Amino acid sequence: MPDSATLIMLLEGTCATLYMTLVSTLFGYVLGLPMGIVLAVTDREGIKPNKFVYKLLDFFSNIIRSIPFLILLILVIPLTKAIVGKSYGSSATVVPLVIAAAPFIARMVEASLKEVDKGVVEAAQSMGAGMFTIIYKVLLAEARTSLLVGVTIAVGTILGYSAMAGAVGGGGLGDIAVRYGYHRYQSDIMIITIVILVVLVQILQGIGMLLSKRLDRRVNK
Amino acid sequence: MEPFIRVENLCKTFFAKNGRVEAVKDISFEIGKGDIFGIIGLSGAGKSTLVRCLNLLERPSSGKIYVDGRSLTDLSERELRRARQNIGMIFQHFNLLMQRNVLDNVCFPLEIAGVKKRAARKHAMELLETVELSEKAKAYPAQLSGGQKQRVAIARVLAANPDILLCDEATSALDPRTTKSILELLKEINLRYGITIVVITHEMAVVREICTHVAVLENGRLEETGAVKDVFCSPKTEAAKRLVMNDGPDIVTAAVDENTKEVEDFAG
Ligand SMILES: Nc1ncnc2c1ncn2[C@@H]1O[C@H](COP(=O)(O)OP(=O)(O)OP(=O)(O)O)[C@@H](O)[C@H]1O
Ligand SMILES: [Mg+2]
Repeated sequence: MPDSATLIMLLEGTCATLYMTLVSTLFGYVLGLPMGIVLAVTDREGIKPNKFVYKLLDFFSNIIRSIPFLILLILVIPLTKAIVGKSYGSSATVVPLVIAAAPFIARMVEASLKEVDKGVVEAAQSMGAGMFTIIYKVLLAEARTSLLVGVTIAVGTILGYSAMAGAVGGGGLGDIAVRYGYHRYQSDIMIITIVILVVLVQILQGIGMLLSKRLDRRVNK
Repeated sequence: MEPFIRVENLCKTFFAKNGRVEAVKDISFEIGKGDIFGIIGLSGAGKSTLVRCLNLLERPSSGKIYVDGRSLTDLSERELRRARQNIGMIFQHFNLLMQRNVLDNVCFPLEIAGVKKRAARKHAMELLETVELSEKAKAYPAQLSGGQKQRVAIARVLAANPDILLCDEATSALDPRTTKSILELLKEINLRYGITIVVITHEMAVVREICTHVAVLENGRLEETGAVKDVFCSPKTEAAKRLVMNDGPDIVTAAVDENTKEVEDFAG
């Protein structure tokens, strides 16, 4: 059985992981949501097609998404230092996490917005709605359940990446798992961290799915 | 007198991957204020394209559209948005906002027009009364039948207080009885508010039931246009004859019986 010092360490690790995940998700959306909206709007079938803008964002997001996360982590160290002041620890990990997550989030947002019925968008246009009204009151509002499912997926993925960041001193549960399980062969602690990670993912997914179902008005109830 | 809607030499060509499609070829016609104007033709004749040009959902390749004397294609984007508030449109698949309840759907055009929330709700409730759906105000579109959804769409379109209403196969997804009730509602709207209505349909019965004038489209060309009685009793072109003669078993039976009688009386 782990002693109290270990327990405290695990608790802190859990908090650090949650902190990294949630803050990264938040900033990931600060960047990714507008980017996804622009992608959906400027697409050939969008409400303001713009080939140049679309291709540019498309290219940019594909590049970042094709860089393996561990390499990205190292690549952005100068940027991390400039923003956070140091290159290790939970807050420092947020920077590469956000950079990795934003294009991925943008793609999910784009896909969600494109699911919105073209006819409904057209109805809004026929009423004289402008671009921002359509984005806000039609696209985002109609796609809200799909967007929430996206948030849930993003949280799960970012949580996984944050654990990976642990391998290079990012802190959190991933860090603990590597230090104890790999360097010291204390597999019991490693297993506990894995269990905590699984439980965290389950809880976050559960909340997300429940919310998106609650918010969906397309089903009879 | 200047006609209410005037279409001049309208052309629309689509450039698709597999070549170009001339959907509308040099069409000119006029619609008078308060008319109920039917557009008939086979599938692919260009009916939807033509009507979507009337509110510039589709940009014409060339030609002019005048509404109340103003050329739509010469408006700025901002002016066009305002002009569109005056041209309502209802669709075959209703196109309601699925995540908003009925009342908020009807409020939507009022939000676009910048009407205050309370006033908007009050007005929306009155309109729901007009379409006999007051008790469904808090329901969501997914909980309504097709006919009820189209009634919501009609209430929504009326909210902006338009002068023109475009209907693209508005009853094609509905059963005969519901179709009849929706047509009656359209007629009532036409009478009560004096709204000019343009209806696309492939059901001749719909034309007989509500239209005053009709245009026959074939392969993107306007073959014939005139008062319903003239076109239906003595079609001049082959296209019109084919459509009117091949008018199989009537769908809106009861409604049509009365009208055919009228048409026959007129002919005799
Ligand atoms: N966005 C588009 N791109 C390319 N071709 C199009 C487009 N919209 C319509 N068309 C073509 O234009 C022609 C006329 O189409 P339209 O939808 O106006 O016909 P319609 O008379 O409304 O037919 P239906 O009764 O089936 O609705 C068709 O050949 C169609 O394939
Ligand atoms: Mg059509």
